[in-house]
Amino acid sequence: MSDNNSIEAGVIELLARRVRADTKVTADTRIVGELGLDSVAVLDFIQDVEDRFDLSIPLERVAEVQTIGELSVAIQTLKRAAR
Amino acid sequence: MALLSKFDDMRAALQALAAGGRNPFDVRFEKILSATEAVLEGRPCLLFGTNNYLGLTFDESCTAASVSSVLAAGTGTTGSRIANGTYGDHVLLEKRIAEFYGKRAAMIFTTGYQANLGLISTLAGRDDHLLIDADSHASIYDACKLSAAEVIRFRHNDAEDLARRLRRLKNHPGNRIIVTEGIFSMLGDSARLREIASVKREMGATLIVDEAHSLGTRGKNGRGVCEDSGVESEVDFVVGTFSKSLGAIGGFAVSDLPDFDLLRIACRPYMFTASLPPAVVGSVTAALSRISTDASLGERVRLNSSKLYRALAQEGFAVGPEPNPIVALKMPDKESAVRFWNRILEQGVYANLALPPATPGSLSLIRCSISAAHSEAQINRALSVMAAVGRELGILNPGPKKTLAQAAERVPA
Repeated sequence: MSDNNSIEAGVIELLARRVRADTKVTADTRIVGELGLDSVAVLDFIQDVEDRFDLSIPLERVAEVQTIGELSVAIQTLKRAAR
Repeated sequence: MALLSKFDDMRAALQALAAGGRNPFDVRFEKILSATEAVLEGRPCLLFGTNNYLGLTFDESCTAASVSSVLAAGTGTTGSRIANGTYGDHVLLEKRIAEFYGKRAAMIFTTGYQANLGLISTLAGRDDHLLIDADSHASIYDACKLSAAEVIRFRHNDAEDLARRLRRLKNHPGNRIIVTEGIFSMLGDSARLREIASVKREMGATLIVDEAHSLGTRGKNGRGVCEDSGVESEVDFVVGTFSKSLGAIGGFAVSDLPDFDLLRIACRPYMFTASLPPAVVGSVTAALSRISTDASLGERVRLNSSKLYRALAQEGFAVGPEPNPIVALKMPDKESAVRFWNRILEQGVYANLALPPATPGSLSLIRCSISAAHSEAQINRALSVMAAVGRELGILNPGPKKTLAQAAERVPA
């Protein structure tokens, strides 16, 4: 599994905990709007992601991200920058 | 596409809320009778949702100072300090606030919102990092948007999480600026300032504390949670408002930083807005003098808060984690919160309806604010109305009393 795929799988697993069990979450799922999460719930989910990957995602970066796939790419970029 | 179509979801949510009775964002008092009473829908109403913590809005010394200032200096300043001039009373109020906090300098702003907007966005420049408590007020989030710095949230009141995030920045240039609040406005919990100040000291950061809800309500001398926690010397900037305990409008920032006055020509929310009008400066100066000389105001608001908090918990409400002048009641869901809020209002008790996304943890809350001016009879009346409505709606916990912190436990990561 590539680095990006494992990040994406981790993100999907974390998001799945916050939405209804019958909601299908994929790389193309839009984080805001599609899942019924309000803005505070989205930021709480981002905190889960930050803990899992041991990084901080600046708020302005969060605002640029729309889908799970984009979030996974942002995490990978931040992890590379931290090395 | 219609210009306002982006707000369609909000419109639908508002219509659903208003269908439960009243529009909670448009409560219209016909008359304000005192710091604790108004007339609403033709009936008298007890005010338990106005942040009038010390009850000074009708204090004789404050209203007299306001009247005398308006007669002496007019209704408005008609401009900003930098372009149109400062009045002697602006300077006097800044001097008094600095003295009250024992700090070198103070700056006053036209609102508390602008104080946060101005201070935070000006201090944090490009390459700097702002670390803000996740439950921060909207004015802090908006200040972050205005700043060129990178913004990182730390878990609410979690000094370890803050330290972890600061450690991740070890190879980054720039300043680290931590922002938190004395008392948080929704659940009424206090910041763990001792732990946060200790992280600040170890990691070499700047610390800003917003004491909007704690000025006058906490600390032996009314200097907030910073005073109560014994960390005043560790806090680089205290921000606050004149609109709650001081009963008017406006904001301030105090600091020992040398050259603090430089901000007056760099801070846009200070520079490009009209300065506070004489009537406000007059009453705020008088109110500050009242709290500096009358410790009983702070004692009374703490006593009243504790009384209502404990009695509501005893009735079986899930209340906030500690007694403070903000007492939050957790409702099982949004619909119960709307029903509860409407029912107590019908019976003459006004509190605030606080719903997601304005609340932490997506909680639906009834938020009460307590005043030193509330009488025992008023507190008992509010309590009996809330308890009766709680029973009527079946939302009281029959079993062991829970604090809101327990009730609000989030899904673990």
